[in-house]
Amino acid sequence: MKMVNNAAGRMVPDEINGMEAVPFKGIGKHRPAGRKHAPPIPTCIDYPEDNNKVISSLAEALERCGLKDGMTISTHHHLRDGDLVSNQIFRIASEKGIRDLVWLPSASFPCNDPVIEYLENGTINRIEGSMNGPLGMFVSEGKMKGMAVLRSHGGRVQAIQDGEVKIDIAVLAAPAADAFGNAKGTGGPSATGVLGYAKPDYLYADKVIVVTDNLIDLPCFPMEIEGNYVDFVVVVDKIGIPEKIVSGTTQITKSPDRLLIAELTALFLERSGLLRNGATMQAGAGGTSLAIAVFVHEMLRKKGWKLSFGFGGSTKYMVKMLEEGHMGAILDAQAFDLDAVKSVEQNLNHIPYPVFNAYNYHSKGNLTTMMDIMILGATEIDTTFNGNVVTHSDGLLLHGIGGWQNCLHARNVIIPVPLFRDRIPVIVDRVTTLCGPGELIDVIITERGIAINPRRQDLLDSVKGKGLPLVTIEELKETAEKLCGKPEKASVDERVVAAIKWVDGTVIDAVRKVKKQTN
Amino acid sequence: MKQATTGNAGPKVRSDIEITLIITDNGGVDLEIKSKVKSMYGTAIEKQCRELLHHFGVKNARLILNDSGALPFVIAARVEAAVRALTATEVSFMPEMIAENRYLSSRERFRFSRLYLPGNSPGMFLNAGLHSPDGIILDLEDSVAPDRKDEARILVRNALRAVNFYGAERMVRINQGERGLEDLEYVIPHNVHLVLIPKCENAQTVIRVDEKIRAIKKAAGQTEEVFLMPIIESAAGVEKAYETATASSSVVAMAIGLEDYTADLGVQRTKEGSESLYARSRIVVAAKAAGIQPIDSVFSDVGDMEGLLANVISSKAMGFEGMGCIHPRQIAVIRHGFSPSDDETERAKKIVLAYRDALARGLGVVALGSKMIDPPVVARAEKTIMLAVRLGLLPEDWAEAEAK
Repeated sequence: MKMVNNAAGRMVPDEINGMEAVPFKGIGKHRPAGRKHAPPIPTCIDYPEDNNKVISSLAEALERCGLKDGMTISTHHHLRDGDLVSNQIFRIASEKGIRDLVWLPSASFPCNDPVIEYLENGTINRIEGSMNGPLGMFVSEGKMKGMAVLRSHGGRVQAIQDGEVKIDIAVLAAPAADAFGNAKGTGGPSATGVLGYAKPDYLYADKVIVVTDNLIDLPCFPMEIEGNYVDFVVVVDKIGIPEKIVSGTTQITKSPDRLLIAELTALFLERSGLLRNGATMQAGAGGTSLAIAVFVHEMLRKKGWKLSFGFGGSTKYMVKMLEEGHMGAILDAQAFDLDAVKSVEQNLNHIPYPVFNAYNYHSKGNLTTMMDIMILGATEIDTTFNGNVVTHSDGLLLHGIGGWQNCLHARNVIIPVPLFRDRIPVIVDRVTTLCGPGELIDVIITERGIAINPRRQDLLDSVKGKGLPLVTIEELKETAEKLCGKPEKASVDERVVAAIKWVDGTVIDAVRKVKKQTN
Repeated sequence: MKQATTGNAGPKVRSDIEITLIITDNGGVDLEIKSKVKSMYGTAIEKQCRELLHHFGVKNARLILNDSGALPFVIAARVEAAVRALTATEVSFMPEMIAENRYLSSRERFRFSRLYLPGNSPGMFLNAGLHSPDGIILDLEDSVAPDRKDEARILVRNALRAVNFYGAERMVRINQGERGLEDLEYVIPHNVHLVLIPKCENAQTVIRVDEKIRAIKKAAGQTEEVFLMPIIESAAGVEKAYETATASSSVVAMAIGLEDYTADLGVQRTKEGSESLYARSRIVVAAKAAGIQPIDSVFSDVGDMEGLLANVISSKAMGFEGMGCIHPRQIAVIRHGFSPSDDETERAKKIVLAYRDALARGLGVVALGSKMIDPPVVARAEKTIMLAVRLGLLPEDWAEAEAK
């Protein structure tokens, strides 16, 4: 493995876990070749005629799927921190003495910290997916055997589709399923609304296991997982802890400073003319984003406007827009709170819409390029508008990419962030880890001013003389440093512990092992 | 071994630092740093602390830091407070007075909203001005625990120098009695615009503060006027409201504090406020008679914005010209409530135009439609217009614009 300088000026490995890797070439510069990956052709001779695929335990299902050393196991669920399924897989594997598995989760959560044990005992070689909290720390400190690979939601689809990652067994936790394997996200004690990330797993995996705690009569409709792709249905007592399924992030911020940023963002949207009748919008589920949604809704009410559609993660605030007629439809890859879960069941125009169909860069069109207003977050933004979402300024790997990279392709990418968190500047001279190139990031909104990317002269013109606190990104950086002092750079050594993939599968940056520090 | 702990730490504390200083007999300075920003600022924090101890002449000590992202002006205040707690030092360490903080205030500026910040909680200092209150009060009195009063005044002093107030009037609420007079020595030399005097019961309290301020200013060669806002918080204080309002030419506003006032009366404070109606009216009348601004008490339910707006509207109707706030989200509501409404401005415009028209035509009687308008009505309309112009709600040449 050698390190090469990619088109973004970052040193990245040309090989990841023994496989050749393509360095980032620039936005839209990499052209894929070849054909999509395909699982082996099955035959229904091998499946029961009554199509009853129910078996009693996950262990048996894994056994019958041929679980062995070195396999890649993917998981998807929308149980968030209430996930009771993923850890079990590796406990079972560990008990059987299986080694060197690759875990490809759609996301990991604090409840998955117990897998550290299986990383330590050799059951798991590496995780290719988001890593937070202690798991992120484990990787950052160089303790994981293989190199972590971080991908966006769309990048995960792309990697699976393109055969960059070949899934041996997909384990999909479904709040409702029938014996044939049709499954959906609504209903039952662990309802999560939608299962927006399962599609690449069940289409491309060699073997597919659906795990449910709510077996219903066929047909489980509308199905988000199609039974004819499923090998086994495992029925368990509980797939999730309901009170933890709803993400903690769906509370509107109470912080007056964040509310100020949200207000300023809404004002920017109004005065720039980006907010208009028929616009499309996506805002996440963070406290500031939710407040922005509320302020935007007020504006829509006053003007009698209607957004044509919004893309989820959906929240109760989006549902409110939908139900009051201020949003035409919600296309939804995940429901963040219980109101949203309920809305998926009740509202015809609240439509489950997998990221598979929305975010994959290697497909015939990408929904994100249709979004007029895209509200995103970041841990760091630098003076060239480059963004970081996976590491903190101390170099520790602490967040997943989520849909962030995919969403950067929207028409107007707006990032409301505080200028600094405690003493840690958010606007810096160079991002610790590059996750998204500044060419795609248009507006940074902080409590101390709005910086518009100089590439967007149209946006600069649209808000000229409209009473908004416009500053340059350099001024923001200087203000942050004046208040906080100039921070020392993250103390890391040469060893790469994680590769950051761009949406087209190329390597945009690498995360290095942090030097041990005592706090 | 002498030991002192200053500052705050804990899961909810932000932008503060807890410092334990142990003065030892030998061995030089030993530092122990626990900080969530250690990898980025550990070296800077250590350097600053060593320099501070050197500045205060402390040669042998253990310094244990538990940092939650405190900025340098906070670290300096906490170290100074710890040193002062253990030694008889008269040495201070002043952070640089930032250029943005050198602006002046004026007697007649608006005081619609004034935001209280607990004087020993630096986490809220930095962004307070961004919420555009008319005034920011660094409070040394009720929001600071009795055993933290000494460190709070050092922190407040440093904040007055290092924290950008973004144009808000720079206010400090001092303690009662002797401690309050001592507070003045810490804050007055650092461009304080206005001092709030708590629990004022008579002119004497105001005069003592005023005299002390004059003495400090004289010693420091300061010329800018420091304004006063006595707060009336007792039945006795209400009875002496006019005397207090006219005790010094520096008094520019007088506030009422209803928590203490209702406690003094032995009654519950209600949202409707009938129990304090007399006191509030009395304050308004006394202040108006003295030619100063009457300021209403804070509205303590920070979650109830509708209740707050109703409160502001009734306050304004009584003659108050401002209100305290304890949460930044209250500021916009208060400003909106005290500003002339569109209807008020429109009516006032018509009255003033009719009056000017009558003058121009040499008529003795002003009429708007079929209604006669008395001189006080015109005077009130003029005041509304003036307010609207000063708030930027009306252009200065509104009358010409109207004529077109």
